Amino acid sequence: MTDTATGPGMGGDSHKADVMGYLKKHMREYGILIALVVIMAFFQIATGGILLKPVNLTNLILQNSYIVIMAIGMLLVIVAGHIDLSVGSVMGFVGAVAAVMIVNWGIPWPIAGLLCLGVGAVIGMAQGFWVAYYRIPSFIVTLAGMLVFKGLTLALLEGQSVGPFPPAFRLIASGFIADPFGVDGFNMLSLLIGIAVASGLLFMAVRTRRQHEAAGVEDEPFAFFAAKNGLIFAALVWMAFLMADFRGLPNVFIVMALLIGIYSFITSKTTIGRRIYAIGGNEKAAALSGINSQRLTFLTFANMGLLAGLAGIVFAARLNTATPKAGLGFELDVIAAVFIGGASMSGGVGTVVGAVIGAFIMGVMNNGMSILGIGIDWQQCIKGLVLLAAVIFDVMNKKKG
Amino acid sequence: MANILEMRGITKEFPGVKALDQVTFEVEEGEIHALCGENGAGKSTLMKVLSGVYPHGSYSGDIVYDGKVQSFGSIRDSEEIGIIIIHQELALIPLLSIAENIFLGNERATRGIIDWHETNRRAGELLERVGLGREHPETLVDDLGLGKQQLVEIAKALSKNVRLLILDEPTSSLNEQDSEKLLELMLEFKAKGITSILISHKLNEVSKVADSITVLRDGAAVARIDCKGGVSEDEIIRDMVGRSLDDRYPPKTDHSLAETAMEVRNWTVHHPLHADRKVVDNVSFHVRKGEVLGIAGLMGAGRTELAMSLFGHSWGRGISGEVEIDGRPAEMKTVRQAINAGLAYATEDRKGYGLVLDDTIRRNVPLAKLEKISNGLVVDSHREAEVAETYRKRLNIKSSSIEQETVNLSGGNQQKVVLSKWLFADPDVLILDEPTRGIDVGAKYEIYCVIRELAAAGKAVIVISSEMPELLGVTDRLYVMNEGRFVGEMPTAEASQERIMATIIKSAGDRT
Repeated sequence: MTDTATGPGMGGDSHKADVMGYLKKHMREYGILIALVVIMAFFQIATGGILLKPVNLTNLILQNSYIVIMAIGMLLVIVAGHIDLSVGSVMGFVGAVAAVMIVNWGIPWPIAGLLCLGVGAVIGMAQGFWVAYYRIPSFIVTLAGMLVFKGLTLALLEGQSVGPFPPAFRLIASGFIADPFGVDGFNMLSLLIGIAVASGLLFMAVRTRRQHEAAGVEDEPFAFFAAKNGLIFAALVWMAFLMADFRGLPNVFIVMALLIGIYSFITSKTTIGRRIYAIGGNEKAAALSGINSQRLTFLTFANMGLLAGLAGIVFAARLNTATPKAGLGFELDVIAAVFIGGASMSGGVGTVVGAVIGAFIMGVMNNGMSILGIGIDWQQCIKGLVLLAAVIFDVMNKKKG
Repeated sequence: MANILEMRGITKEFPGVKALDQVTFEVEEGEIHALCGENGAGKSTLMKVLSGVYPHGSYSGDIVYDGKVQSFGSIRDSEEIGIIIIHQELALIPLLSIAENIFLGNERATRGIIDWHETNRRAGELLERVGLGREHPETLVDDLGLGKQQLVEIAKALSKNVRLLILDEPTSSLNEQDSEKLLELMLEFKAKGITSILISHKLNEVSKVADSITVLRDGAAVARIDCKGGVSEDEIIRDMVGRSLDDRYPPKTDHSLAETAMEVRNWTVHHPLHADRKVVDNVSFHVRKGEVLGIAGLMGAGRTELAMSLFGHSWGRGISGEVEIDGRPAEMKTVRQAINAGLAYATEDRKGYGLVLDDTIRRNVPLAKLEKISNGLVVDSHREAEVAETYRKRLNIKSSSIEQETVNLSGGNQQKVVLSKWLFADPDVLILDEPTRGIDVGAKYEIYCVIRELAAAGKAVIVISSEMPELLGVTDRLYVMNEGRFVGEMPTAEASQERIMATIIKSAGDRT
């Protein structure tokens, strides 16, 4: 994708060819977004419009929130050149700890919640310690962690489900943001937030483009830029409208959106983010450039633990109970989401937004196939094939480039 | 004698690039034929066409071998009739034995069961033929030096009944002694009737062994030189670059009276695995501001280890000694401290240790000093682009833009990106380890110019190189290193290849 002779900032003669050429060149970046749109369109039609009904859209987000949250952490782990197989178990364990603290011991839920996040982070640190400072392969450390925390969850809950939680705690996962405007049956604040976020993104995109143009490094055709950002703007506002029409934006959605924003920023704009990509891309070169790869690896795992803890709280709050089976196999969905989102197995490549889109591709397929009444057996098969197809597509594209 | 190989009118295109344009390439049976050209001239592409890496049909033109038109579908087809290529990057598997490597894919086996006795016996014979008779066939390849590994590759080629042996930059990672040995081996093979094609940047080697030379430039064969009457290196260079390089090295400036930039005293480093082995033994030296200092020595003398151990203890353990930079003691236990103290080290292994290959030029250049383009946390992407563009222009990095991934750059341009990274870090003392390994004449000259520019700006530059002409051409003063010790020091003006070699040999004699 680099051999093209077009210089930076030069406009081509034919605009149409430019857009197609650009799209081809950047197929890896946009392919995944296009795939999500296509899959959504397919299920929207196949389910006779149920997929994008406000109630289902809201459900879709609630159902996938914990996968998305963990996929963000996993993206960093995978970009750094590692893997974390323990996240499902850790998530279940933290949910169990939350239940024991809140239900059995009566600790106020805000304190318990914070403690649980701490537990997640400490677990991440414990695993990251061995990976970073003793160079034990992350696959093995976290495989061990997966078994350990699965076991500890069972032990902690004594094989029983523990619940229910106080209503305030449940609101984390099932509540919606309050609406101060009081329009009947319509959450105006949600719509306003949606419009504000969409406008903010548009503003940032325009500003970045201006900067690039000033520096003469812009190669995205204007028509493409306009269409892309116009569509994103419209889609965001429309989704906000749909959800506002139901009960408004879920609390979890706000948490998720904040995390996506923060971690996108960290990965793309900060020195820490830049260094994580460097150690994943070539750890030796990074080390010889003065980058403390051990500490960064450690932090990456600590962060993963923290987010797994958060996912555990959200999941427990959503089910209103902690069960020994919570989180079972979730690590696979999370890892699949990150790879569908374009991350590379060998590290150094991947984006937060890609991972989130990957998670939603899995989510939309789960949701859509369930609506269609496809059994869990075939759902698994289809999801597996989609994962394989996504990675094949990615590899082929890279080769062509 | 008749031609064993004729490649006629070979044209090979990649999307947007014509890599080979109507190339005609003829090799006589039993000769050593050198293929010369700058990086990107098409040498490797031509050899890939010949060996079937690019199968018949993906290029146009004919390959006539042994009087017959050949259409290879894969490397296997070409190997079957005796065309064996040994690539620049060795294709040995480190944790398998010599014998296992030699017969990899070609195992001595009956019905899938390997005959180890036969394997090792045959391997022993082949090792004898390449002058490695003292190595046991069951030794792991990992335990051999690079020079011996190269010979194992050749033994592997011999096991396949080679008739036409293609060596792609065989000596680029070898020291002078091993290179010498390899060239002699080529002459021996020639005496036995094996034809060889030698691809090399080292023109002294080419003029030493080649019977004839084909020069490629920009995908076309521009000259065929018969060496029987002798050939001058300048003549080859003229054909390679299409102009004469009056000076292969930029002029020097005198800084012999400047103050000391870095002083190292009693530096000792132990091997990371064998704690009792001193790899660097009580070395003391200094380098002045504005001086280009050379460190000469054979492969394995401990030069890279010295440099890396100085650079934030990146290599070895049990490190002792003192370093002063600009008259102040420098604490350099981590790479970060070393960079902050004003030291930089550009590695000899640019792919392994120098670049994040999947990343763009833009992201590689500022990596060692992200602080300079950030507020401590947030990277200013605008500044980043500016910086990368500045260095891309200044070092003439041939690329489509700063957004090009470094993996797709040629060796010389990759090296320039590594250099850019360290220039951006703005060190007082810059150590360059084999700065021109495997890169072409034009790019070499550009890198030498950068080195001299740095010196002229008052920086101290230390050049580690196995190519003695390069050290003589670009440095002001030389240390000679052997077996972990500094065994000689001389102003470059008074040095010669012979004197350096004599110093090394004498020091080795002193020890025993």
